[in-house]
Amino acid sequence: MKFVDEFRDPAAARALVKSITELAGDGEFKFMEVCGGHTHTIYRHGIEHLLPEAVELVHGPGCPVCVIPMGRVDDAMWLAEQPGVIFTTFGDMMRVPGSKGNLIEAKARGADVRFVYSPLDALKVALDNPDRHVVFFAVGFETTAPSTAVTLVRARALGVKNFSVFCNHVTIVPPIKAILESPDLRLSGFLGPGHVSTVVGLRPYRFVPEVYGKPMVVAGFEPLDILASVHMLLQQIREGRCEVENQYTRVVRPEGNTQALKLMAETFELRPHFEWRGLGFISQSALKVHSDYAEFDAERKFEMPGVRVADPKACQCGEVLKGVIKPWECKVFGTACTPETPIGTCMVSPEGACAAYYNFGRLHRETAQLLGQRA
Amino acid sequence: MCLGIPGQVVDIVDAEQSLAKVDVNGVRRTISVRLLADDNLRVGDWVLVHVGFAMAKIDEREAAMTLDQVQKMGENYQQEIDAFIDSEIA
Repeated sequence: MKFVDEFRDPAAARALVKSITELAGDGEFKFMEVCGGHTHTIYRHGIEHLLPEAVELVHGPGCPVCVIPMGRVDDAMWLAEQPGVIFTTFGDMMRVPGSKGNLIEAKARGADVRFVYSPLDALKVALDNPDRHVVFFAVGFETTAPSTAVTLVRARALGVKNFSVFCNHVTIVPPIKAILESPDLRLSGFLGPGHVSTVVGLRPYRFVPEVYGKPMVVAGFEPLDILASVHMLLQQIREGRCEVENQYTRVVRPEGNTQALKLMAETFELRPHFEWRGLGFISQSALKVHSDYAEFDAERKFEMPGVRVADPKACQCGEVLKGVIKPWECKVFGTACTPETPIGTCMVSPEGACAAYYNFGRLHRETAQLLGQRA
Repeated sequence: MCLGIPGQVVDIVDAEQSLAKVDVNGVRRTISVRLLADDNLRVGDWVLVHVGFAMAKIDEREAAMTLDQVQKMGENYQQEIDAFIDSEIA
């Protein structure tokens, strides 16, 4: 573990925190981490308690499980209950509540719901069950969408006739734009998503500094990555610069993954609009199966109910997803809504802000309060 | 589902179909390396594995750090590995 020790050097962390504190001075900085993976690291390691009062991290909408609206989960359950259908999904989606329960309950009622690791596993299920129709519940940002794209291409190459995709892929830029347009929140900059950026590269974020005058630093997932990225954001601000920078150069290339982008362009098209849980409709924010691949599109194949369902009243996922409130400020956090019985999506996925805070963050916060540190 | 877990390429199973076998902490499964078609992958290379696909080529140091980080996720890591063990791709 020599590499790990070197990268988790407490002295390096202390030096970064000291420099962050100096750069921040008595200013007031609010940075949003867009990606749920970052939220997880921040709560897991108690990073917010290391930072000076002047720097606040707010959590953004970058958990794909968290942003799926109830109506889409209802459609998924409807699909799962159609005769002859095998419904395949990532494990995370099984517990996401729709208005009539979740996929685990649909399975208990007799629907053939199977959880798969990969969309290519779902395709294998289709090959193994030629007399059934296999639907894959595709969710995820640009990190995951290329996998579905390759699966569609492969389904065609193999001449599979009993496979379709219920496409719920979303894109990262429109919600960032929506948040920048939102009057609720005054942000000083962004920690850009790590894995999404391996696919899309840095160019799609240019509008953040160019149009909205906010700096953005694409960050890795180590605690030191987060601190280093906060440091880079503050340096930009103090030096009067405003640009997109890449802290996660170990993995992210400026141009992204051109193969993935090409395959996505071939197999998907932009939806005119898509509903996000808690954020409402955002234009051009999601992907549907391209008309060239219509035979693999569950939405074209099935007459789905497509009913829009309002978020539960008690749930404040929308405000959490926009960073307007912290998870613990939600009325039902930790009482009616827990990882075991989630009401809101943010409590379902380990990358969801509420689940991450419930599992780790509150302990750090309690400790920090005990020690009289920032809480 | 958003986890990226490091794996080492141990065999190019089918170059034409972009299939490779990777070793993820002792578990070997076939994944698609189609998204890294431009990266000239070889046996011994490290990749970040996400939902049955190699999504980025990484170096050994990054692999060790990421593995350590995801293992700390405990139950979530175990679920991911269990899912990976059950994986059988088309």
